[in-house]
Amino acid sequence: MSAILAVSNLEKTFGSIVAARDINVEVPAEQTVGVIGANGAGKTTFINMITGHLTPTKGSIRFEDRDITGKPSRDITRMGISRSFQVAQVFPTLTVLDNMCIAAAIARRRGGLFGAISTPLRSPDAMAEAEATLELFQIGLYRHAPADTLPQGIRKLLDIGMAVVGWPRLLLLDEPTSGISIEEKFGLMSVVMTALKSRKITVLFVEHDMEIVAKFAERVLAFYDGTVIADGPPAETLGQPRVQELITGVRVKPAGGAHA
Amino acid sequence: MASRAHLVGALLFLLAAAAAPVLPDWIVSLATIAFANALVVLGLVVMWRAGLVSFGQALYYCIGAYTVALTARWTGFTDAIGLVVIGGLAAGLVAVLVGFLIARYREIFFAMLSLALSMILYGVLVKSESLGSSDGFSVATPTLLGFAPHGETLGHILYWLTLAVCAICAVLTAAYFRSVAGALATPIRDNEIRVEFLGVSVTGIVHLKVVVAGVLGGLGGALAALAIGHVDPNMAYWTTSGGFVFVTILAGAGSIAAAFIGSLGFEAVRSIAVDAMPSLWQMTLGTVLLLTILFLPDGLGSVVSRLRKREGAAS
Repeated sequence: MSAILAVSNLEKTFGSIVAARDINVEVPAEQTVGVIGANGAGKTTFINMITGHLTPTKGSIRFEDRDITGKPSRDITRMGISRSFQVAQVFPTLTVLDNMCIAAAIARRRGGLFGAISTPLRSPDAMAEAEATLELFQIGLYRHAPADTLPQGIRKLLDIGMAVVGWPRLLLLDEPTSGISIEEKFGLMSVVMTALKSRKITVLFVEHDMEIVAKFAERVLAFYDGTVIADGPPAETLGQPRVQELITGVRVKPAGGAHA
Repeated sequence: MASRAHLVGALLFLLAAAAAPVLPDWIVSLATIAFANALVVLGLVVMWRAGLVSFGQALYYCIGAYTVALTARWTGFTDAIGLVVIGGLAAGLVAVLVGFLIARYREIFFAMLSLALSMILYGVLVKSESLGSSDGFSVATPTLLGFAPHGETLGHILYWLTLAVCAICAVLTAAYFRSVAGALATPIRDNEIRVEFLGVSVTGIVHLKVVVAGVLGGLGGALAALAIGHVDPNMAYWTTSGGFVFVTILAGAGSIAAAFIGSLGFEAVRSIAVDAMPSLWQMTLGTVLLLTILFLPDGLGSVVSRLRKREGAAS
């Protein structure tokens, strides 16, 4: 199976600090990958390099067989990679529908500055796309509410919806459940994952809750000290002694263990 | 709704045009200046919606005015329509260049940089003896499509020309606001990061707003130069810029009509105030602005949208 995303020998240094090194990952299309690791392990640096927010010091990133290493984030977005944020990034004074509509119109616009002038904001197509995405994320009820009045969970869904409305092929979710109460986390994630599956989107999501990772990821990348120390199916990766010792904090059982 | 707003706007413009022959000359010339200034205010509204305030919009106003005056002086070309177009283009060109510098700045830095640039132009013009230094110089009497009107007729023709330019600009600006580039104003004010990650260059969009506002400012200055018949460096001075910001606050950024209503209201209040109490007219203006901010925080234009909302709720 050919990989939609291929990262090789990726490295990022800030002066003498190594934030990421020797990252080699290939992600096949439509896979859902959980990214775990302690704070400062390099997860967000990894995400930021893929989205073009940071330029790698070394190595290459290929998306759909095109080299995107060091390209500006805008270009990368237009090529089909979207992201959501740890803290939901929406337009607080606009309504949910307007938020979505703007994201839809931007995604549908023709290229360049002239495209931005000649593309109408509220074309019937963009409106339909916005409405469809609101339904997909089950937030249609909040359509006319200003975004700054939304409960945290709905705001997160709107943030992710705005990343999805342009039909990306790869979506990077930076801690989709951060700031969400434990009771709501699973509900939120199943809405998100069902929506993403229905659009056949390849997903990389950073997550600290191992139950969420175990339930929703098909594959887990474990980061430690700037590099990937384990890569495989959730049960296998989460069961590795090094991962348990360095990341998940589960005490290593002397013999056998829960995942045997 | 949008088509009805167009209809109302078109009717009001036609009414304003038809009223010229029955109005006294001083009102016509005052209205000409008010409408010309409204274009500058419209430019400020374009930027205001994105949270950007320029305290140097007089730069483009002055460029537009001096371009008209100098073109007529050096080339002998006096066609009013042609001069206005040249004035707008010249200001637009300056805005393209200025945009490369200021499109990356926000808030007070944006305001102060634009102020600084307009004051540089003021300084240069004051020192230019060949352009009359601080006295400025007269603008040649304009012609229109080969005719050379004078006196009252010229006043009316300039008034109609100003109205026509305003109508065209209002329609084009409305179209711009409906486009992605124009609609990306509140989003930029709200959250630039999100806009950037949706795949749009915020700097590019802001640059475009600077240019749109610059062209509008230049057209306003060009029309004012023709109507006044004189240009001087005060057109670039910071109090001129401040006056435009004043009117923008008075008008509010809610609608395009607000720019015109605000500008007309401002000229009316100023004339009445100067007439009624010559030594205290600034105080009157200040009081009006204070009352506007207290009771109509979204400007005079918000009266229209409030009425519209009430009407919508009733029906």
